[in-house]
Amino acid sequence: MAGYDGVFDTLGLRDWCDQDKTDAPMSMAQLLAQSGGATEKAPLPFPSLDALHDSCARIAQTRDVTQGLEDGFLSIRPELKLVLDPITQPLSWLLDGALFLFETTPWWLMIPLLVIIAYVVSRSRPVTGFVALVLLFFGLIDHYEVAMQTLAIVFVCTGLSVLLGVPIGIAMSKSDTAQRMIVPILDLLQTLPTFVYLIPLIFLFSVTESKIYGIAVIVYAIVPVIRLTDLGIRLVDQDVVEAANAFGMTPGQKLTRVELPLALPNIMAGVNQTIMMSLAMVVIASMISAPGLGVLVLRGIRSLDLGVGIVAGLGIVLLAVILDRVSKAALARIDTHRNEQ
Amino acid sequence: MTPKVAIRALYKIFGPRDRAMVPLVQGGMTKSELLDQQGHVLGLQNINVDMQAAEITVIMGLSGSGKSTLIRHLNRLIEPSAGEILIDGEDVMKLGQAELRAIRQKKMSMVFQKFALLPHKTVQQNAEMPLSVQGVDAAQQISEARKWLARVGLDGFEDRFPAQLSGGMQQRVGIARALAANTDIMLMDEAFSALDPLIRTDMQGLLLELQAELQKTVVFITHDLDEALKIADHLVILKDGAIIQQGDPQTILLAPADPYIEAFVGDINRARVLRVRSVMTALSQDRFDGEISADSTLEALIQQAEGDTTQTYRVSDGRAVVGQIAMKDLVKALVPRPAITEDQTR
Repeated sequence: MAGYDGVFDTLGLRDWCDQDKTDAPMSMAQLLAQSGGATEKAPLPFPSLDALHDSCARIAQTRDVTQGLEDGFLSIRPELKLVLDPITQPLSWLLDGALFLFETTPWWLMIPLLVIIAYVVSRSRPVTGFVALVLLFFGLIDHYEVAMQTLAIVFVCTGLSVLLGVPIGIAMSKSDTAQRMIVPILDLLQTLPTFVYLIPLIFLFSVTESKIYGIAVIVYAIVPVIRLTDLGIRLVDQDVVEAANAFGMTPGQKLTRVELPLALPNIMAGVNQTIMMSLAMVVIASMISAPGLGVLVLRGIRSLDLGVGIVAGLGIVLLAVILDRVSKAALARIDTHRNEQ
Repeated sequence: MTPKVAIRALYKIFGPRDRAMVPLVQGGMTKSELLDQQGHVLGLQNINVDMQAAEITVIMGLSGSGKSTLIRHLNRLIEPSAGEILIDGEDVMKLGQAELRAIRQKKMSMVFQKFALLPHKTVQQNAEMPLSVQGVDAAQQISEARKWLARVGLDGFEDRFPAQLSGGMQQRVGIARALAANTDIMLMDEAFSALDPLIRTDMQGLLLELQAELQKTVVFITHDLDEALKIADHLVILKDGAIIQQGDPQTILLAPADPYIEAFVGDINRARVLRVRSVMTALSQDRFDGEISADSTLEALIQQAEGDTTQTYRVSDGRAVVGQIAMKDLVKALVPRPAITEDQTR
């Protein structure tokens, strides 16, 4: 018998333990132990759930805990779906719409359009030229379509992250309580391994729906824009905020005329990070049906197709570089006239 | 005459239970006792000041004396622990948020030590800011801002950004912004302290010039006694959160109430600050060596007398003869007198 029998006997819990004991062997280890005592137990094992279970059948085994967690999740799944499905449905529409738009617009319209956007945002000729080169290169190596799919997802997810993240960041900067509550969640989202997000999502949504990867990307990429909006507003020069108060600004005027403009460099730095992170996650999310360059990387891994994987991987790097350069150029443009002196 | 701004029995204590501490301080507890026994910091105690319309009231004290705290009570950027602040007879403490904003927009404007301009807006837009907050129409915003920028000498700089200007010019923008708000009261929190000495002198001149023309009620904070004496109509001296003397600067200079002020005024060039009016005596003779205006400084008189200490001058104020001044009295007035024992101010 196991090493902790004595403990339960002295505590007088033997009856309680054996109350509904079944003699059916529970695990391979027990089977082996019953059949010939081949495995000699250590004299004093760590009192883990499994070790205690050997002595007292009423104590749950570790696998019951993980099983319980799964059962619990599955039992609230219908309710969760009932709430989350309608809320997240627009995300599917947006993603499908963006993918449709990026895929059906002919290349001779799409590429100039993207180059113009790059110029309007960055106001930098070298950056714009580089963007044009990269897009043409994608076309040349027949990766144009997948690159557009990735770009479409990044645009939608970054846009939504900013749309949701900035107000959350503002709320955090205005209320210390909100900050105390939200920061641990952000910490969790940032440290949780990216694959872990995917598991509950697979249970909740079908992989045929676009929102499943949309949610994975947004949840992962929204963190920096929230953090830097909060930080940016808290770092706004208090003298200027005081001046705004002294001239009788309302809280709304203060936010739109003073705090957000002065926090803009920080917010833009957050947006830049968010773009980078959503690009990173789009690749991982290809495991749950996200289209784009990530699919090719995945194919490279699955079928040991070295060339396909590496070309797609480098394509992702190029995409990352143009997105980063364009958003950094926009950030620098905002910063210029403030720091002249 | 009812004062434009009146502060009555104002207390400010920093800490979580500040209101409960007020009776203790009223009962005579000192700043250090309050900190040791209750863990609260005494900011201001029993402040009573009347500020007359069209006068410059200077609040002077060293750092930590509570002067910046005091000026922020006037527009309630800081909430007092006890006391009243009356502006045109209306208690600012009783106002709700919306009324408070209205009074900040229409009655009081403020100039800051670190300028506090909006860095992402041009000089012109900065000067328009108070008017756009008030909701004045765009054309008027532009013309008013342009007018005041020109008045403080910033013609042609409208489209620059604050970071492109020197400190003195940035503070001119700050003053133009405050003037554009078109308020009766102007609060100036160490407005010139961050500037170089020469530029500071320029700015003091600009302020006095504007004041002669506009007749605003100015509340000016400074730690510089020379500056205080140069521009003050009414001088309030603050130490450790309490007023130790207030009144006409000439009176304070001639009769300091306290060794602290005595030490303060010891370094001042009295001949440049004191005026004939403050030193003259009643008319008692009819032969004079010359005539001098009551508002001249003693320095001007010494120059006029070419240093001759035996002369006596007749003092006139406009057409009227108001007294006489012997050069001997003048010389005596140049030596600081020990503090008077009885407290004249409280």
